[in-house]
Amino acid sequence: MKCDIVLAGVGGQGILTIAALVGKVAMIRGLNVKQSEVHGMAQRGGSVLAHLRLSDAPIHSDLIADGTADVVLGMEPMEALRHGPSLGEGGVIIANANPVVNIGDYPELEKVHAAIKSFPRHVLVDGESLAKEAGSTRSVNMVLLGTLASFLPLPTELFAQAITETFARKGEEIVAMNLKAYEAGRQAAAN
Amino acid sequence: MAIKLLLGDEALAQGAIDAGISGCYAYPGTPSTEIMEYFQSSPLAAERQLHRQWSCNEKVAMEEALGMSYSGKRAIVCMKHVGLNVAADGFVNSAVTGTNGGLLVVVADDPSMHSSQNEQDSRFYAQFAMIPAFEPSTQQEAYELPKIAFELSEKYRTPVLVRLTTRLSHSRANVQIADASATENAKHLPEDARRFILLPGIAKANYKNLCAKQPQLLELSEKSVFNRYEDGADKSWGIIASGIGYNYVQEAFGGKCPHPLLKISQYPLPVKQLQRLMQDCGQIMVVEEGMPFIEQQLRGPLGNDRIHGRLTGELPRDGELNPRAILVAFGLPAPASLAPSELLRARPPRLCDGCPHVNTYEALKAAMGFYPDAKVFGDIGCYTLGALPPFQAISSCVDMGASISMAKGASDAGLRPAIAVIGDSTFTHSGMTGVLDAVWENTPMTIVIVDNFTTGMTGGQDSLGTGKLEDICQGLGVKPEHIRIIKPLPGEHEKNVQVLREEIEYQGVSVVISRRECLQTLRRKKSK
Repeated sequence: MKCDIVLAGVGGQGILTIAALVGKVAMIRGLNVKQSEVHGMAQRGGSVLAHLRLSDAPIHSDLIADGTADVVLGMEPMEALRHGPSLGEGGVIIANANPVVNIGDYPELEKVHAAIKSFPRHVLVDGESLAKEAGSTRSVNMVLLGTLASFLPLPTELFAQAITETFARKGEEIVAMNLKAYEAGRQAAAN
Repeated sequence: MAIKLLLGDEALAQGAIDAGISGCYAYPGTPSTEIMEYFQSSPLAAERQLHRQWSCNEKVAMEEALGMSYSGKRAIVCMKHVGLNVAADGFVNSAVTGTNGGLLVVVADDPSMHSSQNEQDSRFYAQFAMIPAFEPSTQQEAYELPKIAFELSEKYRTPVLVRLTTRLSHSRANVQIADASATENAKHLPEDARRFILLPGIAKANYKNLCAKQPQLLELSEKSVFNRYEDGADKSWGIIASGIGYNYVQEAFGGKCPHPLLKISQYPLPVKQLQRLMQDCGQIMVVEEGMPFIEQQLRGPLGNDRIHGRLTGELPRDGELNPRAILVAFGLPAPASLAPSELLRARPPRLCDGCPHVNTYEALKAAMGFYPDAKVFGDIGCYTLGALPPFQAISSCVDMGASISMAKGASDAGLRPAIAVIGDSTFTHSGMTGVLDAVWENTPMTIVIVDNFTTGMTGGQDSLGTGKLEDICQGLGVKPEHIRIIKPLPGEHEKNVQVLREEIEYQGVSVVISRRECLQTLRRKKSK
């Protein structure tokens, strides 16, 4: 079993939280994990990227080669599209439909959505609406984690446990909200 | 035996704690920052009361670590690659004095320049200083090597360089942590304390010792568990792979490299293994992250047609490696991948919404409107983004503190008004000495210190000048009436422009401190 995941977004969208949660669950399952991320200047409102590799065999490279990823997940549609070349045969692209428009020449959103839908396997999630329904737009990353989790060979109850542990210090309400957002994301993948 | 998911930086820090260190010294710099941050959050480090405060710059950190070594205790000093330029004086000379307690100089290189001005390779520095170096391939090796490196450092009385690179420093993996953690060294003075006095007479003798040590250091490399010759049936190629380059070779060949493969993670280069590879194999491919350090030595100045790598074009001359680059180098088929979409637009880093630097640059741009010949010399930090649209307000970014010294040189040449923009942490790192030069000559120039109470770019570490900047400037001799404080807020804009204009008009050294807390650190404090 191996699963290579490319996580992309804009600085501050919480891709490192997603990566850390998946890594935690994979560790509990006794899998090998490698998770490469870029810190520093790149995180300030610019494009950010993390590579996450899970396997029951030893993992050599910290980076995922182009054309080999099983999943590309974008917290933002253009950032998902940016990493389309990472995707391998049969891979799935997951994108939050809501754009972050912090540049002057952002492309036409319909075209970006259409480009994502042109991938044979794709999920376009309205993360903001689902997170809002769950209680706060701040949990968009948990919605996307839910969608991602439904494509991973990892049991869903472990994710619930990891989310609970991660947010425990912020109180029960926050935990419940994040769990709800996670579940909404899972449902979105099934639809 | 516990298993933890750790960054390469964190694995090294845990390894150093478990090897019985007494102190860590560092100045923040991507990708090395998380080493010190791990010490600062480690319960064991707290329990042992290990030294784990930030230093004001890398040179100071290096010397503090050497002082701890002199006292018989184990210390590490951590920095990014360009930080080693700052620390170089103490670093090179610590090889001449030698060490007492073990001393590791941990340097994280940033090939591809994700967050740096160049991609210099710290292995050259180790060779230059004639000391051993380690270059771990995995997080597990990063955890295990401090123990071995400290023992080496103490036995051979030499500092040891540990070279990390971005993709190891900032990549997490499962690391097996030992149950036992070594205790600290007792304080003890060097048996021959005079070797730390580098008067020429003593230094000459020390240097002869350092030269005499070299064959022993070579032998250590040849016997090291970190260097490994893995035989392969297809001897048309032999591969030398160092550090993280080894992982990419393994990935490219699916863990079953058909060619003899020499993994190198300890220097000086293990000559015996290199000789064997050269004898056994036809062509040699050198795979190393960073500069062609090994390849250049093997080729020699006259060249050698059997040696391939970055210098011959099979691998890219600059930037980070990746598994695909290895396949291409060997002419093997790489997995098909889509072409990038034509819809993509670049999304460069930018200042946060509401960042105080935005208001500072707005005021500075407005003030400069009155002086078409003005030049603003920038420095290293988030405010370097003032070079990009919409501000395009600074003309240079070279190294820590260069804003002030370059503005002075430009002013000396008659290029005026000469303005420097520097952050509070960068100012206490390397800006203060430049001010003293300018004060000595009363050079007409204006220094804008953007004071956000933190080292922002690297994630908000302590800034040692917090609360002291006016006193420092006054102590350096800047006249109190030309040390002005402004608050970078939209409502203060007109007032701020006026203050900047007054100080630009002044024909001497003036300082404008633009002071408001970094939004990121403010937000973090509030969420606690």
